[in-house]
Amino acid sequence: MAHIRLDNVTKQYGGATALRDMSLDIPDGEFFVLLGPTGAGKTTTLRLIAGLDQPTAGSIAIGDEDVRGWSAAERDVALVFQYYSLYPRYTVRQNLAFPLKSRVRSYTAEQIEERVQRAAKTLRITHLLERKTDKLSGGEMQRVSIGRAIVREPKAFLMDEPLSNLDAKLREALRAELKDLQMKLGATFLFVTHDQIEAMSMGDKVGVLNAGRIVQVGTPQQIYNEPRDVFVASFVGSPAMNLIEGELRDGRVSVFSGKVEVPYSASKANGARKVRLGIRSEDVRIGAGEATEARVHDVENHGVEKIVTLRVEEHLFKATIPATVAVNVESAVRFGWNPAKLHCFDAATGTSLAHA
Amino acid sequence: MAEIVLRDVEKFFGDNYVIRKLNLTVAHKEFVVLLGPSGCGKTTTLRAIAGLEEVDTGDILIDGKPVQSLQAGDRDIAFVFQLFALYPHLSAYDNIAFPLRATSENRAEVDKKVRAVAKSLQIEHLLPKRPSALSGGDMQRVAIGRALVRRPKAMLMDEPIGALDAKLREEMRTELKRLHLENDQTTVYVTHDQVEAMSLADRIAIMDQGVLQQVGSPDEVYRQPANLFVAQFVGSPVMNITKAKLQANGAKTKVLLGDGAASFDFPRDLQERMASVTSPDVDLALGIRPEGVLVERQETAGHVRVEAHIIEPLGAYDIVDLKVGQGFLRARTASGFVGRPGDAVWVRLDEGQTHFFDQKSGHAIDVRL
Repeated sequence: MAHIRLDNVTKQYGGATALRDMSLDIPDGEFFVLLGPTGAGKTTTLRLIAGLDQPTAGSIAIGDEDVRGWSAAERDVALVFQYYSLYPRYTVRQNLAFPLKSRVRSYTAEQIEERVQRAAKTLRITHLLERKTDKLSGGEMQRVSIGRAIVREPKAFLMDEPLSNLDAKLREALRAELKDLQMKLGATFLFVTHDQIEAMSMGDKVGVLNAGRIVQVGTPQQIYNEPRDVFVASFVGSPAMNLIEGELRDGRVSVFSGKVEVPYSASKANGARKVRLGIRSEDVRIGAGEATEARVHDVENHGVEKIVTLRVEEHLFKATIPATVAVNVESAVRFGWNPAKLHCFDAATGTSLAHA
Repeated sequence: MAEIVLRDVEKFFGDNYVIRKLNLTVAHKEFVVLLGPSGCGKTTTLRAIAGLEEVDTGDILIDGKPVQSLQAGDRDIAFVFQLFALYPHLSAYDNIAFPLRATSENRAEVDKKVRAVAKSLQIEHLLPKRPSALSGGDMQRVAIGRALVRRPKAMLMDEPIGALDAKLREEMRTELKRLHLENDQTTVYVTHDQVEAMSLADRIAIMDQGVLQQVGSPDEVYRQPANLFVAQFVGSPVMNITKAKLQANGAKTKVLLGDGAASFDFPRDLQERMASVTSPDVDLALGIRPEGVLVERQETAGHVRVEAHIIEPLGAYDIVDLKVGQGFLRARTASGFVGRPGDAVWVRLDEGQTHFFDQKSGHAIDVRL
């Protein structure tokens, strides 16, 4: 098992820069999730660590050894992809045993059998061992792919959106299974996804990647509660954090053409500046006693709760309310914001004033 | 405007029985979502309404008139697909105006209609642009504009926002809903995404393997699922389902979960009520949504001690896996409520949110507590 470290890694493809000066430190045994939209550089990062690509600049270390110039096989990390690349004519057992039969490894038949059994048991696919892989469901195939990675006992697991092709229910189940597996193995996992729920629910740490740069690294709670900029604020969390144009002056932010003013003290900057005020939907309160009036623009039923879009002048923002509260579209409601949960971002740079 | 009625509709693709005796009425101005996994027959149903697919038996009526003999173009219905089928060489304006060109309306009239639709979709500034210069969301807005401009009797939409990224989908949901409120068009909308269905629909029709499983408002399908399939298809995280047995226990009824390693107390009369609606030897399954699993950090009367396993912090709240016997119950708690895996917590099941099902048939058993 191993600690993975990237120092100032840059990767260019032709004239395009896929990764810019990226540094990452993933301790041994951590479940680290790289989160970002398509094209952010997530898969490039995985490929560089796996040795499928070489960085243009910077260094990569696995288990404290600089792996520059090492082949993919020498790096001894396992890759699991979105598309399970199994041998269709082979049984599950043969697929699991395959990586152990390579000439560079010399395992006895007993050792191979023991490892296959152990991996199958861990992933609860023992009953499928004699089945051909084309007779498996999507979830079973992905378990077998993971099994094929486990049998080798690699230094680290690199996973590239392994759950994206599965349906919602299965994804949910496998999320918990993967997390459980990682805890059992105590292995280093680097998991890449564009799905913020996967990142939040599985990661010990989450690194948010945007346009080839790491924007923020932190625990899921840190990423959610203390987003570094508007990108992180709006990418993590569903519904997205409300971001409302406003002006900060003398410790107060005014929004909606001055209709609403809230205290904001986390910034020591003097003078007036344009900001974007951030508030999550669950921190918007609705009730007769609240300060400001809004119109209900839309109501979404989410079963356990409702997400209500409120309108003040032309501005829209969302609030989460219990499913039992009745609200009608175009009716008037009063709302307030939890002042302790407000975020403030510089309008020009997008950076959180709390981090500046 | 239109009412759409499907009466005993059946459809085969070769030996494949893809729609089985489907009966559904979509009321005038109603927004109905057909929800189900891929291959459940929802898109075939939609295509049958549009006239893009013939049905083998049964009737499809629009405003009381059978439409099987009518071509798609004569049904006065607009269709929006997942992949924005725009003409690449035409501007957004001309794409929206296209359906009107075939009619004999004069230029001024066409212009008025295109601009009115563009305004309601807030895409006026995009009208001169070609599709290649538009983002995915804007392309779909143009495609919807093109569908709306004819003021068709009904709108049929096949996963219209399925190809967009998560954030944009969230925005487009609100827009689609507003658009429906403003235009009042009878709408049938197909998706496999239960969040979309819950947030958009007046009523949801849930399908599986060609069979309509349940039709109801979002609240009804969420709170009173008709069977195990609906119970587990609607809602995220998925409803907990576990084998259950009832046992008399003094003034209470004991509900044993899974292998019997854990049990919860329910009101005494549960057993009698169960007996009055089902046979005593039925294999029971208990269903409870994560928000119905109530968690305390201190020992509490009427609660059972369990161990927390994986904790998924989702920001606004946490989902916690609790080890109950050999299985798990997932609970929804306040963010950070359970400290770490391995912690002991005390749980009970909210009676009002507990469902019982017949394990074999999957049907819900009506013993609402």
